[in-house]
Amino acid sequence: MKRMKKMWKKAAAVLLAVLAFIAVYPICFLLTGSLMGGGEIRESLGPALEVAGGNGNSCIQMPFLPRYPTLRSYVELLLDSPEFFVMFWNSVRLTAGILAGQVLFGVPAAWGFARGRFPFRKALFTVYILLMMMPFQVLMLSDHMLLAGLHMLDTHGGLILLSIFSTFPVFIMYRFFESVPDALVEAAMLDGASQWQIFLHIGLPLGSPGVIAALVLGFLEYWNLLEPPMTFLKSKNLWPLSLYLPNIGLERAKVAFAASVIALIPAILVFLAGQDHLERGIAAAVKE
Amino acid sequence: MRGKNTGFLYVLPSLIGVAFFILIPSADVVRRSFTEAVSGAWAGLENYRTVFSNRAFRLAAYNTLRFEGICIPLLLVLSLLAALLLNALDMKGARQFFKSCFLVPMAIPVASAVLLWKVLFHERGLMSGLLHMLGLSGSDWMRTPWAFWILVASYIWKNLGYDVILWLAALAGIPSSLYEAAQVDGAGRWQCFWYITLPNLLPALFTIAVLSILNSFKAFREAYLAAGDYPHESMYLLQHLFNNWYRDLSMDKMAAGAVVQAGVIFLLILFLKRRWEE
Repeated sequence: MKRMKKMWKKAAAVLLAVLAFIAVYPICFLLTGSLMGGGEIRESLGPALEVAGGNGNSCIQMPFLPRYPTLRSYVELLLDSPEFFVMFWNSVRLTAGILAGQVLFGVPAAWGFARGRFPFRKALFTVYILLMMMPFQVLMLSDHMLLAGLHMLDTHGGLILLSIFSTFPVFIMYRFFESVPDALVEAAMLDGASQWQIFLHIGLPLGSPGVIAALVLGFLEYWNLLEPPMTFLKSKNLWPLSLYLPNIGLERAKVAFAASVIALIPAILVFLAGQDHLERGIAAAVKE
Repeated sequence: MRGKNTGFLYVLPSLIGVAFFILIPSADVVRRSFTEAVSGAWAGLENYRTVFSNRAFRLAAYNTLRFEGICIPLLLVLSLLAALLLNALDMKGARQFFKSCFLVPMAIPVASAVLLWKVLFHERGLMSGLLHMLGLSGSDWMRTPWAFWILVASYIWKNLGYDVILWLAALAGIPSSLYEAAQVDGAGRWQCFWYITLPNLLPALFTIAVLSILNSFKAFREAYLAAGDYPHESMYLLQHLFNNWYRDLSMDKMAAGAVVQAGVIFLLILFLKRRWEE
């Protein structure tokens, strides 16, 4: 019986290891590709690049490690692709603008919903949850009319404006503010603290893990922003990375690999730095 | 904050923004869905009739529903299994390590992952190569009905970690006293799972399902980045259709389509919530 249990545990570990490998493989793939020299890339991706014909049965073979690692691709990307930096900067601007706005409006709103008492509080919060569920295409036409009315089509400001009032971060932070102990708030009120002071000195410090969780989730979301810029940004020089990268074909694999890795780095750094908060932010949704 | 009407001022700025930037424009979309695009005259249900008889709309709606119907249950079951496996591990360090690995796909930008997608599913890509080794023939995967299943797999890959964390939180919320009591009564592993774990996970199921649906709407990104505006029929989703309508300036169809979709999502959440509260 005991041996069965041990075997079972081993099987579980192996299965998990396989799943974990599949989960992280893309990173290994991108790193390997970006460190390959031009010749090696042409050799391994060759079969996909040939025009029809060639020797029919050969397929791409991707080694796990580059044979002759080199940083040439990065140097080339940095020297030869000024447009890459423009797009990188566009992504940074959009993400930073959206997150700043979400904190400015979302944090007080989450606090108000979690700790306040006013008529229609529950109904309004339900509206927020419903709005958070709406996919882009549902709001696409209303977004368009709004931006057209404000003359903000084809601007970063317009895109930022559309995402600032996303209700998802309010939902995440709400859960954290809800778990601030009542006793603490009541004690502060007895001491004569004003509502604003309670929010500033009790709510914010105790709820800050929630704010960070919402920021991490938000960063991963907006670094990936695709549909709104695709729809509303006509000028290519305003595009974020997420629109630019896929337009690099396999023919320019060298640049594509290096560019993909550089786009990946900020997201991975934020992920590593904020992982605890990320996990708590995700998990907060199921706490009753 | 015990008094009446506290906290409203904190909500107000956000509420004004939501009302001005989302609710009012949406109300206008509802109005437009009942009017003619050019003249603005009252059209009754004409736009809805056009949308429902539109072949592309039917295809996109069918694909989207099929995608949700397959992905959500699959993801919920797989992530629960992974969470249970993680809980069965003895070493805390290993558990944390695997958990981190599962979350990594969330951090990989879709645009970066698309390169791997191209290399994997190219006619002469890694996938075809693997099949060649087994003596089978490959194909240009994104141009076959397999495209749909590739999209499903990529959704699972991306969201498994998110749902695992949710399930782990739900599992941790089950009081251990329940298990202890059951063991005293002589219940086995399976009985514990069946009569304690599963019923106690039900309340979390609603939230996890809702969040999984929310994340499933983002699958369009993978579909679009890997296959462009006109993908294989099997992965032609509602977002593709709306993009085409937007390009053609078919505002009337967009309005009616958006209202229909918002209604369906609204009913779905209501239904899930009802079931959950029972």
